[in-house]
Amino acid sequence: MQSKRKKLFIELMGILLGLIWLAPFYLMLVNAFKTKKEIFMGVLGLPSSFNFSNFVEAFNELDFLNSLFYSILITFVSITIIIFFSSMAGYALARNKSKLSGAILLIFVAAMLIPFQSVMIPLVSMFGKVDMLNPVGLMFMYLGFGCSLSIFLYHGAMTGISVSLDEAATIDGANKLQIFTRIIFPLLKPISVTVAILNTIWIWNDYLLPSLILSQETATIPLKMFFFFGQYTKQWHLALAGLTLAIIPVIVGYFFAQKQIIEGVSEGAVK
Amino acid sequence: MKNRDLAFWLFLTPVILALGIVVIIPLVLGTFYSFTDWNGLTITKFIGFENYRTLLKDTDFLNSIWFTTKFSFVTVLLLNFFGLGLAILVTQKLKSSNFLRTIFFMPNLIGGLILGFIWQFIFVNVFGNIGQVLGIPSLQGWLSTTTTGFWGLVILTCWQMAGYIMIIYIAYLQNIPNELNEAADIDGANSFQRFRHITFPLVAPAFTVSMFLTLSMSFKIYDQNLSLTNGGPFDSTQMVAMEIVRTAYTENQLAYGQAKAVIFFVIIAIIALTQVYYNKKREVDM
Repeated sequence: MQSKRKKLFIELMGILLGLIWLAPFYLMLVNAFKTKKEIFMGVLGLPSSFNFSNFVEAFNELDFLNSLFYSILITFVSITIIIFFSSMAGYALARNKSKLSGAILLIFVAAMLIPFQSVMIPLVSMFGKVDMLNPVGLMFMYLGFGCSLSIFLYHGAMTGISVSLDEAATIDGANKLQIFTRIIFPLLKPISVTVAILNTIWIWNDYLLPSLILSQETATIPLKMFFFFGQYTKQWHLALAGLTLAIIPVIVGYFFAQKQIIEGVSEGAVK
Repeated sequence: MKNRDLAFWLFLTPVILALGIVVIIPLVLGTFYSFTDWNGLTITKFIGFENYRTLLKDTDFLNSIWFTTKFSFVTVLLLNFFGLGLAILVTQKLKSSNFLRTIFFMPNLIGGLILGFIWQFIFVNVFGNIGQVLGIPSLQGWLSTTTTGFWGLVILTCWQMAGYIMIIYIAYLQNIPNELNEAADIDGANSFQRFRHITFPLVAPAFTVSMFLTLSMSFKIYDQNLSLTNGGPFDSTQMVAMEIVRTAYTENQLAYGQAKAVIFFVIIAIIALTQVYYNKKREVDM
């Protein structure tokens, strides 16, 4: 009996802690429905009515569909090129056992340690000179920053894929590109999911780099949110409605791919 | 594939180009610029270590390093405490385990910028409101002083990242064979003894991993700093990453900002190389 009661106690403590963890989201949501005056009266309780007018106003002010479009476009294209080019590189490096290949891998791994701020100033100035401060330039930068970890993960996953597959395909007359695209790449699918998840979390939420590159017209959600917040700093009812809108796509994604996301993050972190 | 195979190089070209153009060249160029009076377009002269001499006397920069160090120290301790605590909690085979894991991890998926804005509301309005109702003056005026700004950043960062550290500890906790705990249970060990003698030694490698991870994460924080305190009051809660961005893009001192960025790189590199050293040492010990 003792241990059963203890278990119940732990369970209750856990749920209490979980609720505390959710409190910021609760506070954001209930106050997003209130009027300015209601927030002034009290922030903890439910709103007097669930009026969506704050959301409509925030939606229009944020130009939400436009920023959602650019967030999706930039994240999707960046992830696609990161997966494609990093898996190719991981494959090539894993199938070449020479010292040179090991050294190239080491350079990519070492590059992960370089903090963004250390390269930011020359990088933005270089891209500015060739007129590439636009979404295309940004996607290329994401490939540069994202490929290291991705190559490292693909290289690790390649150890589980036997060379005899390559040999058999070569005998059947396939060239290297065909071997990669038709045989190896499909086998790397689990790690591709991990790579996609890790890079999506990063790119979707990235603020500093896009803030230096993108204009108002092509702003992503975090960027737009920053401008928006600056304008409505004393109008919390609108600001909170905007923040709620910005979070919705992430929560929806988490709801559908929760298991893969947690597994992917775990895999990426422990390596 | 051999070194002389065309396919080997074709497969590597895109990523070598990308890493080279985006990371390596800017790093090399930037280090060079930090010794000049570069203004983003032209260099008129080579000024040696002058930028570095200036930054040694730059109180804003030195304060930001000190603030970041204090912040990182506290955050690393608390993050690992909460991360391990949450990991132990959700591996207790509770009915709500999966649900709790999902909730604790959730803040991690949302950007620091957005979370910082939400917490700005909580610290300023919610804390203020509760403080007023309950008559607790220390809950009022949060983020308007250096101390409350500091703890605000610590609370935000812990809340956001504890779930991530939890995931790392879970991976290690799940590697502990169940028989060990069962055998200890039969021998009459209580839960603290089991933690002290079984769990703790077996998750020790996870400490090294997540200590360094949290250390370099907290040193590099920018978004949360920007949206929660914006460095205020009077730049007293400004961390290194933000100081560099400000120097370069608000004050338009690109070469000088780059000198700070080089120092920042050196600090992060030292953290990382210490970790590599410890990992190597541990492998030898094992």
